[in-house]
Amino acid sequence: MELLIQQVVAGIATGAIYACVALAVVMIYTAIGHLNFAQGEMAMFSTFIAWQLITWGVPYWVAFALTVAISFVGGVVIERLIFHPLANAPILSHVVLFIALLTILTSTAGFIWDFSIKTFPSPFGSAPLFGSSLISAHQAGMMGITLVLLIALFFFFRFTRVGLAMRAAADNPVSARLVGVRVSWMIALGWGMAAAIGAVAGMLVAPVVFLEPNMMLGILVYGFAGAVLGGLTSPGGAVLGGFLVGIIENLAGTFIPVIGGELKLTIALCIIVLVLVLKPGGLFGRATVQRV
Amino acid sequence: MNKLLEIKGLHAAYGQTRVLHGLDFEIEPGSVTTLLGANGAGKTTTLRAICGMVKRTGDILLNGQQINRNQTEDIVRLGVAHVPDGRGTFLRQTVEENLQLGAMARRDKAGIASDMELVYSYFPILKKRRTQIAGLLSGGEQQMLAVGRALMLRPKLMLLDEPSFGLAPMITREIFEIFRSLNRNEKVSMLLVEQNASLALELADHAYLLETGRVVFSGRAEAIREDESIRRAYLGY
Repeated sequence: MELLIQQVVAGIATGAIYACVALAVVMIYTAIGHLNFAQGEMAMFSTFIAWQLITWGVPYWVAFALTVAISFVGGVVIERLIFHPLANAPILSHVVLFIALLTILTSTAGFIWDFSIKTFPSPFGSAPLFGSSLISAHQAGMMGITLVLLIALFFFFRFTRVGLAMRAAADNPVSARLVGVRVSWMIALGWGMAAAIGAVAGMLVAPVVFLEPNMMLGILVYGFAGAVLGGLTSPGGAVLGGFLVGIIENLAGTFIPVIGGELKLTIALCIIVLVLVLKPGGLFGRATVQRV
Repeated sequence: MNKLLEIKGLHAAYGQTRVLHGLDFEIEPGSVTTLLGANGAGKTTTLRAICGMVKRTGDILLNGQQINRNQTEDIVRLGVAHVPDGRGTFLRQTVEENLQLGAMARRDKAGIASDMELVYSYFPILKKRRTQIAGLLSGGEQQMLAVGRALMLRPKLMLLDEPSFGLAPMITREIFEIFRSLNRNEKVSMLLVEQNASLALELADHAYLLETGRVVFSGRAEAIREDESIRRAYLGY
């Protein structure tokens, strides 16, 4: 029982990261209708920026805030420069662009900071939380920051003018333009926010998985699994899906002997396949119906 | 006399398909003008061209100001509210949020709040349903919501695209009565596109007949209503 609770709590902690990545993915998906395959690498690049700032002697939380801001601007710039001109291009063009972005970011990070594995500091330390064996201080910190982020986003979308404009732009872009919403800037804003959320996820997970250009590869798959499980059209669902994937992954890794540590990633892929076959809309997403 | 809207030599096309071939018409301030014509005559396209939703050339003067190069979002800010075909409802937002969105181009909080009450006084049903998701409204209620959303801009000119489409005759009557009082009491000018010609001519002061992207006839609505030959030839009643 002790082990079960411990694994569930650990699952929630890693699930927090998947939830952030899933949320970032959904953010861009609702804005432009495509999955951003480069989401993980954008987060990785942001984390390197944070590492660089910290190495230069910037205090952790200042570096944290700066990185989130830089990532936000970076996301907006990527949308304006690369994706905005191709807004009406077919889906394959987008996929190719995403993959290009992915490889460019990976190799640029490798070029600047090389491919050796680096440690990344945790602001919470790795000691057990209040001496309990259940959860470490860093895990608790991951959950806490994720929670704050989610609540802030909820309030932003629910109660602010810009949040309403962004929802309208995703709901009915034509009509949104007719009431004066600058839809194309709302999409850029969505990119910026996705990049910023990804940066948070990257900085939180880097102390656990260590920093290197490919660190987000597996995590992105879990993030996708979370987003698909919760429903690609539902931000709240994606967050819950992320947490669920974290818990399922941990429990299966611990209690199903065959899976162990090596086959964990397979679980994420299995979840994706199962959801798409059984309930393509995900737990909370809308089923899309198209008149033909 | 100053015109609210002046259209001269308006051309518009969807890709290679040209729809408007040099349209001319004008709207007097405070009036209701209607565009009539068969399917494919270019009525909806005319409204879209005014709002910059399709590629267009020619002069579009709003209060004497050339707007033929302006983006849709900026034309809205000049006081042109478009109630599009299909009603343009934000299906996943609440009724009240839909109305707030209508005022997106405005900044005066107090004015927006009082206009919200004004909309509710014209459409009490919307007030009853204000916390509901707009996608759950009936067709008639969604049309009222679309008109309400347009009113939230406090527009100088309202473009109404087939407001009777898909509605029961009684609901249509009710909505057209509201158009009439909006025009009289709130001094909103309207450009109305309508399949139901007799209904449109009852409301309108002035009418233009469109055929394949050109104006073929224009005149006072009353005169057209009483001209049997035109009614038979173009309006089919």
